[in-house]
Amino acid sequence: MLKRLFIVLLLSVPMVGMASSGGTSMKTADVDVSNTPSLQRGARNFMNYCSGCHSAKYVRFNRLAEDLGLTESQVLDNLMFAAERPFDTIKVAMPADDAKRWFGQTPPDLSLIARSRGTDWLYNFLLSFYEDSSKSTGMNNLVLPGASMPHVLWELQGTQRVVHRIEKDAAGNEHEVFDHFELASAGKLSAEEYDAFVLDIVNFLEYIGEPVKLKRVQLGIWVMFFLLVFFLLAYALKKEYWKDVH
Amino acid sequence: MSEGVDKSRRHFLTVATTVTGAVGAGFAAVPFLSSWKPSARAQALGAPVEVDISKLQPGEMIRASWRGQAVWVLYRSESMMQSLPEVEVSLRDPESAQPQQPGWATNQYRSLKPEIFVVIGNCTHLGCSPGERFEVAPADLGPEWKGGFYCPCHGSKFDLAGRVYKGVPAPLNLKVPPYRFLNDSLILIGDDAGVA
Amino acid sequence: MNSSENQGAGARLLAWVDARFPLTKMINEHAAEYYAPKNFNFWYLFGVLSLVVLVIQLVTGIFLTMNYKPSAADAFASVEYIMRDVQWGWLIRYMHSTGASAFFVVVYLHMFRALLYGSYKPPRELLWIFGMLIYLVLMGEAFMGYLLPWGQMSYWGAQVIVSLFGAIPVIGDSLVEFIRGDFYISDITLNRFFALHVIALPLVLIFLVVAHILALHEVGSNNPDGVEIKNVKGPDGKPLDGIAFHPYYTVKDTVGLAIFLMAFAGVVFFAPEMGGYFLEHANFEPANAMKTPEHIAPVWYFTPFYAILRAVPDKLGGVLMMGGAIIMLFLLPWLDRSPVRSIRYRGWMYKLPLALFTVSFVALGYLGMQPATELYTNLARVATFFYFAFFLLLPWLSVADKTKPVPERVTYHA
Repeated sequence: MLKRLFIVLLLSVPMVGMASSGGTSMKTADVDVSNTPSLQRGARNFMNYCSGCHSAKYVRFNRLAEDLGLTESQVLDNLMFAAERPFDTIKVAMPADDAKRWFGQTPPDLSLIARSRGTDWLYNFLLSFYEDSSKSTGMNNLVLPGASMPHVLWELQGTQRVVHRIEKDAAGNEHEVFDHFELASAGKLSAEEYDAFVLDIVNFLEYIGEPVKLKRVQLGIWVMFFLLVFFLLAYALKKEYWKDVH
Repeated sequence: MSEGVDKSRRHFLTVATTVTGAVGAGFAAVPFLSSWKPSARAQALGAPVEVDISKLQPGEMIRASWRGQAVWVLYRSESMMQSLPEVEVSLRDPESAQPQQPGWATNQYRSLKPEIFVVIGNCTHLGCSPGERFEVAPADLGPEWKGGFYCPCHGSKFDLAGRVYKGVPAPLNLKVPPYRFLNDSLILIGDDAGVA
Repeated sequence: MNSSENQGAGARLLAWVDARFPLTKMINEHAAEYYAPKNFNFWYLFGVLSLVVLVIQLVTGIFLTMNYKPSAADAFASVEYIMRDVQWGWLIRYMHSTGASAFFVVVYLHMFRALLYGSYKPPRELLWIFGMLIYLVLMGEAFMGYLLPWGQMSYWGAQVIVSLFGAIPVIGDSLVEFIRGDFYISDITLNRFFALHVIALPLVLIFLVVAHILALHEVGSNNPDGVEIKNVKGPDGKPLDGIAFHPYYTVKDTVGLAIFLMAFAGVVFFAPEMGGYFLEHANFEPANAMKTPEHIAPVWYFTPFYAILRAVPDKLGGVLMMGGAIIMLFLLPWLDRSPVRSIRYRGWMYKLPLALFTVSFVALGYLGMQPATELYTNLARVATFFYFAFFLLLPWLSVADKTKPVPERVTYHA
């Protein structure tokens, strides 16, 4: 009976986790750090569009090259703009003081952004810029209202407007709530292409958040296999000795 | 122990479990021991360094730092070059038989280009940094001194190719690091890729 | 030395040592001739597993200090240095962070086992007190260790917990300043927490663990029947229901160890963040004294007590209740006046309150992670009530409870 109680307690742990993470309407970012071509595209997108303002100061180019299956010269030609040497980390060209003056705050380092914010948040953030004339940049963001970051990718995505719908709350008062985005002006990419473009960036951010993730999981399988063998032997040994106990 | 116990099975399982456990412990030790190896940052900091020798005049020496060690770059003058064969009788290893230099530097000059001498400035005795004593026959080193390096710690002497003299504590010639010329005025210390 | 000629070198070395140090004597006392009841069930694994986790934490901790820098300027970056630049540093760090949670998992189960089978009852009161002290030191160790990564949660968690001491009348504010050594959680605080985490508290912990084991081996282990095996001895003077710890329990514990290591490795390799419960997301952002994270919660093992704290609408009252929740556990051997130890022979007047207590404790743990809404706060109050009710009613319920007769020998089916 106690054993059963214990199992019920164990099983209830993941349910607690599920209960606390519900209630968001975010799109799921389908990232996969084993998709090397996506990471390569993400790295290129990141270096072209993000690294002007954001550093990734814990990420070394030579590690990138190794993990993303690139040669040193490929990294040198396609990714390294500011850095001098392959083992340098991804620094930002813009001085922090200027950044603070222009944007009101220093753009954060992105090495760990996928671990602190989560990939879903990043994905939805990059998809949710919309026109808002009340803001100095002319743009606002649904996921991070009042974001000081301008819509860097507008040339690719185009610009979009928020379409509201009216909902009544329990007291009968009407509220404007977000319904969907509509395209205000088209960009260079179609909606699907832009989506894939952003997803590559998010995938890359997931990778730099924990470069060892892929290897970690691969190694884990071997460790589990080894422990299983050890368990079987230990179990047989226990059975053998406990024949003495009556 | 009760009767009917299969002793050989018990013995086998004990050994098998112990050995498996020991192998597991061995595997588990690998990450901990490996963590003592130079990290990515140490490797980045220990990467090859460039030394600009465009302003170096004959008879002059500059010091660079590579992997926390002093690296000397000496532009040997004509008289310095002449001293090299003259002192050979008093040297312990004039032919550079000991592997204290990359293979391509096993020559009389212990260098790629005869005039330009690159060497790590740590005495092979106990690691002090010898001083440059390029003057000929100074009062303290005697009339036989043709110029070279003198270690103040224990009195080891080296010639202008870093070769150790006989009768001093240092056992080996000064170490020549891997290096290559990027062009006539730029040396890359720590990397000799492509040097035959 | 009677037969030294035909002894092997190993035996002669052992004899040489034994003449100068009680090695064989100690091995016999604590393993080969330590007789443990034969009817241990899986609940009895968690003591040994606590010891295993302690060793994991000590070894990984020592290796982490080799690359960690205890300064506000460098701490966060040095953790990332370990995670990325140090060879295998990520594994050592994940083992340590997972080990922290694993420690509390096994210790909570170990403590619950004592509640099930009355392991704290005479003559094991001191054994229980040592165990409770271990638990207290462990909480201090975990709390101080959590500041070291110097992330947002490290910072604000320390801020909140240290502020608790401010609730103490008169000396509160100066005490908080004394603990921090500064007017806010700063480099100075980090540096002293580091010293306490890596050397002071581990020394105390090791001392207490030794005392705990010595006390256990002095009085002997309890068992699921709560029967004293020393009372029934065979003609050879050994307990009839006892078996030698080595080899019988060493081989059995090895099986438990293998299962535990699978669970442990499962987390380390496949879910080191454990969905944000073992490594909180906000802690991947460097500490920022100017900005509190939107939602702050302690790590899961503190949340039951944190929920009790929040359930009380008064700062000092909350702190006192939280402290009281721990003190209750210390008093358990004297609150429980039942003639039987094991839940197997107790009536519903122990079983029901214990079930309510357990549900309350788990519920408090959950509520402590959630934002303090009105509903959650009220639920936490109900759970807090049941938590304390278990202890405060125990002196009467344990006497009034209708117990079953306890057998003379343990129940065991091979």
